[in-house]
Amino acid sequence: MSGLEPLDLARVQFAFTVSFHIIFPAITIGLASFLAVLEGLWLKTGKELYRDLYHFWLKIFAVNFGMGVVSGLVMSYQFGTNWSVFSEFAGSVTGPLLAYEVLTAFFLEAGFLGVMLFGWNRVGPGLHFFATLMVAIGTLISTFWILASNSWMHTPQGHEIVDGRIIPVDWLAVIFNPSFPYRLLHMATAAFLATAFFVGASAAWHLLRGNDNPAIRKMLSMAMWMALLVAPVQMLIGDFHGLNTLKYQPAKIAAIEGHWDNSSGGPTPLILFGMPDMQSEQTRYTVEIPYLGSLILRHSLSEPIPALKDFPPEDRPYSPLVFWSFRLMVGLGLVMIACGVWSALLRRKGALYSSRPFLHVLQWMGPSGVLAILAGWFTTEVGRQPWVVYGVMRTSEAVSKHGVAQMSLTLVLFVLIYFVVFGIGLVYMLHLVRKGPVLSEGREVSIGGPGHLRTPARPLSAADENIRAEQKDQLSERN
Amino acid sequence: MGIDTSFLWALVIIFGIMMYVVMDGFDLGVGLLFFFMKSETDRDVMMNTVAPVWDGNETWLILGGAGLFAAFPLAYAVVLSALYLPIMFMLMGLIFRGVAFEFRFKASAEKKHVWDKAFIGGSLVATFFQGVVLGAFIRGIPVVDRAYAGGPLDWLTPFALFCGLALIVTYLLLGCTWLMMKTEGQLQWHMYRLGRPLVWVLLLVIAIVSLWTPLAQDDIAERWFSLPNLLLFLPVPVLVLYFSYRLLKAIDRYSTYSPFLLTLAIVFLGYSGLGISLWPNIIPPHISIWEAASPPQSQGFALVGALFIVPIIMAYTAWSYYVFRGKVTAGDGYHH
Ligand code: HDD
Ligand code: HEM
Ligand code: HEM
Repeated sequence: MSGLEPLDLARVQFAFTVSFHIIFPAITIGLASFLAVLEGLWLKTGKELYRDLYHFWLKIFAVNFGMGVVSGLVMSYQFGTNWSVFSEFAGSVTGPLLAYEVLTAFFLEAGFLGVMLFGWNRVGPGLHFFATLMVAIGTLISTFWILASNSWMHTPQGHEIVDGRIIPVDWLAVIFNPSFPYRLLHMATAAFLATAFFVGASAAWHLLRGNDNPAIRKMLSMAMWMALLVAPVQMLIGDFHGLNTLKYQPAKIAAIEGHWDNSSGGPTPLILFGMPDMQSEQTRYTVEIPYLGSLILRHSLSEPIPALKDFPPEDRPYSPLVFWSFRLMVGLGLVMIACGVWSALLRRKGALYSSRPFLHVLQWMGPSGVLAILAGWFTTEVGRQPWVVYGVMRTSEAVSKHGVAQMSLTLVLFVLIYFVVFGIGLVYMLHLVRKGPVLSEGREVSIGGPGHLRTPARPLSAADENIRAEQKDQLSERN
Repeated sequence: MGIDTSFLWALVIIFGIMMYVVMDGFDLGVGLLFFFMKSETDRDVMMNTVAPVWDGNETWLILGGAGLFAAFPLAYAVVLSALYLPIMFMLMGLIFRGVAFEFRFKASAEKKHVWDKAFIGGSLVATFFQGVVLGAFIRGIPVVDRAYAGGPLDWLTPFALFCGLALIVTYLLLGCTWLMMKTEGQLQWHMYRLGRPLVWVLLLVIAIVSLWTPLAQDDIAERWFSLPNLLLFLPVPVLVLYFSYRLLKAIDRYSTYSPFLLTLAIVFLGYSGLGISLWPNIIPPHISIWEAASPPQSQGFALVGALFIVPIIMAYTAWSYYVFRGKVTAGDGYHH
């Protein structure tokens, strides 16, 4: 058992690449809808600040989208390279669903994205708005397909196993499998929240540095409405999601709760904190609230929730990880709700744009959505273990039979390349954020430059800032 | 129902890969040619000739992967796990190149050369390993019980490595003739000078691959050299020779468009030759498209989407090439 097995390496590699990938799509999904709202408001009210904000966020959207495509390219090959047995076994279900995701993405990229990024001066406002709307809807359709595939792996149905292979018999049942509606809603909402806090934090950063204008205030205000209204909804969806999981994947819930033993038969407490220990089959150092576990998950004061010892050791997910990742996600969700409420109180006092403590907190909440998303995915995916298709195929049977040497080599290379490439991408995005919205952008038709005849229609070129070589100078300016 | 969805899917995938080879071929070629052209102005112009279109070119590769997964999961699983390392290296090359492409324009003057190197390196790695993948694929992949039955380095054969080099030459020529068409002046003249030797090298390379393949594999030899097949397929090598002759002449005449079109024709013929050698196998040497197929309800379901969307992508692609037609010169800053 010493050292890493090829299986572990394959898992780490998949987790690493998909974790990088999900960051970009999450922001893509959220920003696309945000941009559609901004453009709609601009068309409706004619207020210039909406147009300025649109152009500002469009550039960031473009860079982010470009990163999503490059990281997605790797994902679409990983099932075959790392999980070939799984691909062969379940490919007739997951393959077509993935193909639809990619086709939807192309459809988008093929037409509407180009118009959205480069067509401001070339097509009429109505058509441009339509393109933005289509891009926003398209990202949600992409989400729909990939989550159908993923949810089916959690709660498979609508298929048969013939000659040792999965055969789809009812596509509607496959797509609308029991966990799909919850996962789709939860993920889409997560993307909106992550974007809201990214946008809000950007506004806070500017306000704290005295860069105050109506566009930046509007940005903050919109983000905080989102937090106030949607963060509680997310908690509600998450609660339903959990109840659904209790029904279909009880072992996952037991691992999330760190709950081991039901032999006493009484109600289950809620363990707030503790250290689940797989070897000694108990959770140490617990801080617990009596009855609350049963109350949340069973809506009852006597009925216990499933316990890990109800399952044979080889069927138990690794509790220490899901226990903590789940608490990180929920904790961040609660802080988001608190931020929303705080913002509402400040708004009533007229201090939303000036309360420094609030702006400081909000600035640090910038990455909170992305963190919560990653924590949520770790909970879901690790909690599914040891199954890759729940109850049907074990992860250990799914993996390609590669050696440790080649898996380690590619993993190291991926880590290096991703940190360099996407690191630079992120720095560049933050640089764009730091520039802030430029007033009256897009009013005049500039000559040349992206968006004009014979200029490139690629996502990343919508942002034409230089990567700052002068960052050093900026730092010294501040000192 | 009578519709052979495996056949239709094979056509879609063959077409997709063809589009990929032709289109990403010339822009990878431009990346390779960076190596020969040292001046920043030339490099700017070269990059600007492909800037408007390159990332659309790469989407065909994603489509190929996803299509294979949906329609032929066995092939997706076996081929990708058998060729694990070269495919991973290819993807990494493409990532680097894709990002270098964008950041080169945004980099400060003193950082530019770093991105130039990343661009050359990425193009080289991606091209070489694409060729290796192709070569190893032609050589055949052992399958037992619907799983890959070879070792991690089976792809590492002299033939596959040679195919890597062959693809570098092919893409160089595609890039070179593309630049003949898209540039003028000094840069274009350089390309005409590079073009001639490249054609000869390519002919040599094609000859070696065409002999090596049947010599090493009896079933392929049999397919080509038995009658009446020989007569049926004879036009392929004859046309390759004829087009190469025309290509050399066109370069001598400093034609603008015909070198690129003729190179395309040669690549297309090479691709058909490959198709003749392999059809209808999707995992050479023994597994056919029908054996690797996913069930009809999977293929049919995904085919609806593909047949709807692929034509739209093509129309858009054609339109963007039309918009960006014509020569590119140093003054034409796509980026300011
Ligand atoms: C379409 C399918 C799909 C999607 C959308 C995701 N995953 Fe997943 N994930 C898998 C399909 C999958 C998988 C192929 O089924 C793996 C590989 C081994 C396994 O059990 O499941 C997996 C494993 C896996 C593991 C390793 C679990 C373990 O082995 O202990 C982690 C940490 C993640 N994933 C994380 C994520 C994240 C952060 C995602 C966010 C987008 C994500 N997954 C989306
Ligand atoms: C293992 C799983 C995944 C694979 C194989 C995958 C594959 C891909 C690919 C190939 C692309 C680029 C397509 C292009 O060229 O534009 C992409 C982009 C994208 N992905 Fe993923 N993806 C995965 C997970 C996810 C998840 C979990 C989500 C969201 C919930 C998601 C949402 C998106 C979005 C919104 C984009 C960019 C917008 C678009 O192109 O539609 N993906 N993905
Ligand atoms: C605040 C209360 C929240 C609760 C009660 C909650 C509940 C849950 C549960 C139970 C799961 C696991 C589902 C499974 O069994 O597979 C989950 C997954 C997830 N959560 Fe949350 N969540 C909350 C907040 C958040 C927030 C704020 C975000 C992000 C902004 C988020 C993002 C996710 C994601 C991305 C997943 C994985 C995908 C999925 O299965 O839906 N959650 N959540």
